[in-house]
Amino acid sequence: MTDTIVRTDALSKRYGDRLAVDSVSLTVRQGEVYGFLGPNGAGKTTTLRMVLGLVRPTSGRAVVLGGAPGSPPVVGRVGALVEGPGFYPYLSGRDNLRVMARYQQVDDRGVDAVLDRVDLRSRGGDRYSRYSLGMKQRLGVAAALLGDPDLLVLDEPTNGLDPAGMADMRALLVDVAAGGQTVVLSSHLLAEVQEVCDRVGVIAGGRLLAEGTVAELRGATAVLLRARPLDLALAVVMRVSGDDAVEVVHGGAGDALRVHAGPALIPQLTRELVSAGVDVLEVRTVERSLEEVFLAMTGAPMTQPAGGAR
Amino acid sequence: MSALLASTRAELLRLRRWPATWVLIGVWFALDLAFVYVFDYIAYRTGEAAGPADQVPRAQLLAGLLPDAVPVAAVQGTPLFGGAILLILGALAAGSGFGWGSWKTVLTQGPGRGTAFGGTLVVLALTVVGLVLATLGLDLAVASVLAAVEDQPATLPSIGALAEGAGAGSLVLGMWCAAGVLIGVLTRSPALAVGLGLVWALVVENLLRGVADLIGGLAVVTDHLPGTAAGSLVGALGGSTGEGTPGVQTILTGGTALGVLLGYLVLFAVGGLVLMRRRDLA
Repeated sequence: MTDTIVRTDALSKRYGDRLAVDSVSLTVRQGEVYGFLGPNGAGKTTTLRMVLGLVRPTSGRAVVLGGAPGSPPVVGRVGALVEGPGFYPYLSGRDNLRVMARYQQVDDRGVDAVLDRVDLRSRGGDRYSRYSLGMKQRLGVAAALLGDPDLLVLDEPTNGLDPAGMADMRALLVDVAAGGQTVVLSSHLLAEVQEVCDRVGVIAGGRLLAEGTVAELRGATAVLLRARPLDLALAVVMRVSGDDAVEVVHGGAGDALRVHAGPALIPQLTRELVSAGVDVLEVRTVERSLEEVFLAMTGAPMTQPAGGAR
Repeated sequence: MSALLASTRAELLRLRRWPATWVLIGVWFALDLAFVYVFDYIAYRTGEAAGPADQVPRAQLLAGLLPDAVPVAAVQGTPLFGGAILLILGALAAGSGFGWGSWKTVLTQGPGRGTAFGGTLVVLALTVVGLVLATLGLDLAVASVLAAVEDQPATLPSIGALAEGAGAGSLVLGMWCAAGVLIGVLTRSPALAVGLGLVWALVVENLLRGVADLIGGLAVVTDHLPGTAAGSLVGALGGSTGEGTPGVQTILTGGTALGVLLGYLVLFAVGGLVLMRRRDLA
């Protein structure tokens, strides 16, 4: 079950003075959707290019499907869309896929199947150069799906899509994952990763900062408590849940207490607070968003420019 | 081997559907017909009016238009405009994929880099040989019509002469095409590759030959440049049009020119292949 599909070991890439990827060691397991999360310029694409064998690492190594990246038996089992689609502009979408099908030695029937899957069949005869950005992107995904690869590497597949296109693309990803294919999805959009990925690797400045399930990264749930007077409430909470499990947070609605505990503690906590004479204004459980996790890890908010991932 | 065949089929599909391929092939046929037949025939027909001041005797003009002369006539344009056209084709075929990102897509399909790129080389080689054979066929047809119109005996060239012409033409065009491919891979840009390639083929070699007249010892180098070797191989075929045609030379002997051309062809093709296999595709 936990067969490793991709394993990189201290993978690094240096361009001149700049260390684009710095000792990235990540693991992608069979059948999961792995989210590769980081701001633009964090090293996502370069790492994926090394995993695909398009770029040679400066140091470190990667093992993909048990073989070397870029070796023919491995490449044949991997479908990829890296840094935007790349096709012959003068050919139709269908002919572009037919060319790729010949390289892969798969039947032309597979072409119509993947065109269907990305909803491009009716426009398959149009020239690629006349496609909209979203259609080009979808054709790129179609090419990656061609030949039913064991591993699908999609680099920012929703880049440049409108909201409806993004939703379609996510539905497609979920559909692909349900079929048992392993997917590596890079994105600078937290919501996207949070929505479709099983496990996440967070990268910034070329370094892999964390890796784990979405739930692991977000950490355990906490209880947010607004009460008056605050210092009395703090004393009660510290008695109930321990000194270290509570912190004062400053929010728009006034100061509040954040208690690192599950919802099971809420009834007891409320009883103790009320019997101590504290006015309880609000009690609710909170989960950290990946954005907060990212902020805590990097000390900088994720920038989310409109496009141009690199 | 099946992967190379698959890559060849893929590349054949996309080059066949590329308007640029057909534009270049069309230009070659147009230039071939114009310079080998149309202009010479007009000169022949209007020769009487021009009088004895004409440089090329009418009989020689006519001889060059007849079927017998086709093996030489059909390839006399290869060192100059034929080479330039095939250099453009090679540079476009190899260089465009970097800007479009199609190389990146192709190299994530399955065949190894060498195999995928090998498919391109095979298709270009087939294009060159097919082009030369088609040119011989077209020129034989045109020359036969001219022979009939002018009441001349339509003596067909020998198979040996045709094979010699086809071989020389294919080698010259193939060498320039491979040069275009190598520059295309080197620059990763079709525009830069075409520009640099043409400047070299049409300008720099001629300039170097001029310089070689001034500096002793440099002639050894300039005598063995690609353009000189190509011109010498075609020149070695002889025939009535040997000397006067631009680009056609008699600097090297046929055998030497053949060896030098083969060397360049292999060097360029293998050079492109090695670069393609080794370099990062960023």
